[in-house]
Amino acid sequence: MHHQTIAALAAGLRRGDFSSVELTRHFLARIERLDPGLNAFITVTAETALASAEQADALLRRGEGGPLTGIPIAHKDIFCTDGVRTSCGSRMLDNFVAPYDATVVERLAAAGVVMLGKTNMDEFAMGSSNETSFYGPVRNPWDLSKVPGGSSGGSAAAVAARLCPAATATDTGGSIRQPAALCGVTGIKPTYGRVSRWGMIAFASSLDQAGIMARSAADTAPLLQAVAGFDPKDSTSAEEPVPDYAAKLNADLKGLRIGLPKEYFGEGLAPDVAASIQEALRVYEGLGAIVCEISLPNSPLSVPVYYVVAPAECSSNLARFDGVRYGHRCSNPKDLEDLYKRSRAEGFGAEVQRRIMIGTYVLSAGYYDAYYLKAQKIRHLIADDFRRAFQEVDVIMGPTSPTTAFPLGSKVDDPVAMYLNDIYTIATNLAGLPGMSIPVAQAGGLPVGLQIVGNYFEEGRLLNVAHRLQQVTTWHLEAPFASE
Amino acid sequence: MSLTRSDVDKIAHLARLAIPDEAKDRLAADLSNILALMEQMDAVDTAAVVPMAHPLNMVQRLRDDVPTEPDQRARFQAIAPQTEDGLYLVPKVIE
Repeated sequence: MHHQTIAALAAGLRRGDFSSVELTRHFLARIERLDPGLNAFITVTAETALASAEQADALLRRGEGGPLTGIPIAHKDIFCTDGVRTSCGSRMLDNFVAPYDATVVERLAAAGVVMLGKTNMDEFAMGSSNETSFYGPVRNPWDLSKVPGGSSGGSAAAVAARLCPAATATDTGGSIRQPAALCGVTGIKPTYGRVSRWGMIAFASSLDQAGIMARSAADTAPLLQAVAGFDPKDSTSAEEPVPDYAAKLNADLKGLRIGLPKEYFGEGLAPDVAASIQEALRVYEGLGAIVCEISLPNSPLSVPVYYVVAPAECSSNLARFDGVRYGHRCSNPKDLEDLYKRSRAEGFGAEVQRRIMIGTYVLSAGYYDAYYLKAQKIRHLIADDFRRAFQEVDVIMGPTSPTTAFPLGSKVDDPVAMYLNDIYTIATNLAGLPGMSIPVAQAGGLPVGLQIVGNYFEEGRLLNVAHRLQQVTTWHLEAPFASE
Repeated sequence: MSLTRSDVDKIAHLARLAIPDEAKDRLAADLSNILALMEQMDAVDTAAVVPMAHPLNMVQRLRDDVPTEPDQRARFQAIAPQTEDGLYLVPKVIE
């Protein structure tokens, strides 16, 4: 059952071939058997999963429910879940049980999905390898000595290893697309504001966006459909209508103009990754698309700009973790300042503390103009590059990540080397554009991700472009050894 | 821009982080490396560029000034480290 598409699972449930309880038990058994080797889950919610599966079965027996009723999924542990611990991968929130559901969680529950558990992640979503998690690193199901990518590494590994058909995830600088690429799954980061951030623990509020990981674009579409749309509880939620994503999936690609940013194919891109991307582009040409070179001249600046903007916003957002209202509190504080300082130093890991420190510095008196204001200006130039590009092309394609999955521990002591993993994904967040990563031909036995970037609110086109490739290729169907 | 131990102390105080002495040199070096990465920005002339605070040109929505949340103080305080009579407790601030 774990290799079937979501549409096939939904049809099976509706026909009564199996019940949601049976399907849920199947995935829970897989998690129990395979996850000890992967560490993709922080919390498994077997009891509540079976209770919601029973409710889904009752609906299905009455012929009610929708395309997701009774389908098990996992949530990244950044989304608040009423009554279930939400740790955000941090010791700070190891004891935190949210008193409410995030909008994403609420909407998917309303659509009838069954939550299997909460997935592992880099602490507060800060990392590109899942090694900053308080709960230990996630292992890549294709090679247990390699990282799964980050920060949504648990969601990516869980979907890749067939521990769940789909999972929620978030992306601030590449945290959906990069792990999707490194684990060989399909991931979409929607336009900024497309999916509600309410109840999603904030990292960098002008960049954060929630999205979906699944095994194919066709599986992704109904989940994105369920979560996309205006939410009055999120002050940056977009009041744009949500199109019917499934209806557009099969649209013809004849004449589709694909732009390849020359900056994404230069120095630093592994030759075998480049070869896999070129192979996928030839498939698109075969489908009638026109490939041309474009330029995003300011994109090389996206890493420095991001590592000013994101830490600045993180230092402000994470000020709320003070050991007073929730989360970790140090023992025997001698005064209030000691309570703040030790609770935070004990509760946050090294990378989170580095980013809080950098963010505090770039926002501090005397440095604001040189760093933060400068970065916000270059951010405008980066967004303008995309605006110009989309006057000439319909989608932009390139590699998601410069290399395939790298060995655990290889970059953990060098923050700057780690940051450079996000070189192709960050600009999309700075501009607020939607992006996807889909698996293409592997390199050296490890997955490679093709990144597809669209214009604002063109998630439907991205899913369509991804789906057409997946109809004529089998790259997305390959399963890692750790799924057996 | 290279940061010293005393810079680290100053920033750590602003950020309310207790950094152990033995970690300060390493942190100063890490932060200096990150700041060096940011120096690439200096090469760009941005005199005529408007800063971009937000990806979409949106204005902040206003809502009617009516209560939208029910009183859930007891639930919210159930997850607090220390409370008494509906108040959050911290070490004594006023002598």
